[in-house]
Amino acid sequence: MKQDIKRAFKDSLPVLAGYIVLGMGFGILLATKGYGVWWALAMSVFIYAGSMQYLAIDLLAGGASLLSAALTTLLVNARHLFYGISMVDRYKGAGKKKPYLVFALTDETYSLVCSAEESHRYCFLVSLLNQIWWVTGSVLGSLLGGILPFSTEGIDFALTALFVTVFVEQWKSTKNHLPAIIGVVASVLCLLLFGADSFLIPSMVLITAALSVLKFVRKEAQA
Amino acid sequence: MTDLHSVWLIAVIAAVTALLRFLPFLIFGSRETPTFVTYLGKVLPYAVMGMLVVYCLRNISFVASPHGIPELLSVALVALLHLWKRNTLLSIIGGTACYMVLVQVVF
Repeated sequence: MKQDIKRAFKDSLPVLAGYIVLGMGFGILLATKGYGVWWALAMSVFIYAGSMQYLAIDLLAGGASLLSAALTTLLVNARHLFYGISMVDRYKGAGKKKPYLVFALTDETYSLVCSAEESHRYCFLVSLLNQIWWVTGSVLGSLLGGILPFSTEGIDFALTALFVTVFVEQWKSTKNHLPAIIGVVASVLCLLLFGADSFLIPSMVLITAALSVLKFVRKEAQA
Repeated sequence: MTDLHSVWLIAVIAAVTALLRFLPFLIFGSRETPTFVTYLGKVLPYAVMGMLVVYCLRNISFVASPHGIPELLSVALVALLHLWKRNTLLSIIGGTACYMVLVQVVF
């Protein structure tokens, strides 16, 4: 137990840096639109999806319709389907922990729990700690506003860096680099074709298609 | 905007987000996982991490200054540091510090 807590805490430190800063940015922006700390708290507890919460600020301030909010969420967060699909087996038998494990499956949490064979307790602790950092950040941002004594511009790069280290770690852990290459190439291709705002769903479709072809070709080769 | 409408907006966003997270488990959770999903579970993490890196870098412009140089340099530094020392915290702190200096001081 103690071992798990220690490891979960250490592994979640990069997320701490990223979430506190991004969370604060969220809280600050939300406050400038007239939504105070309770709104920030509620959103970070119940929505708990970083980029979507940033978009939600505009939806709230502009009084968007419920339908357009639902569609925006669908488009921006569709990538979470991927996380679920790849954790279906891993989270089998997680019992009472499962609803929260699934609810809290953000990009960053996924990157920490997806690679190694980790216990459900470890995954639960990582998930919980990460959300604590996110909630803390948004509440701090909402309360403190822009009174930080130094410039934190660029510190959100910590999350990009986290994904890069996981990418490298996974690259070294396997001899089959095709899935990783497919992920990068398909995403870059779709980014160029569809633009920054709408490339995620085409990327997911293309990645799934390419991985299916890969499985088919492998099977043929083995037969 | 009325507070009530805002509460509804937050509820809808939260519900759709949760639905997307729970859907695969609702579909495949209680029965034998289809072999194709098991296969995807094995290969998707590799592909998704590549997609997430691209997602993080989606807003850089190669046409306008600083041409994505801070991002690309810092990503390269993180990757090299990690290949060299394989220490996650070191790689992240090194890369982030590099990026902060580049965007705050250099560019």
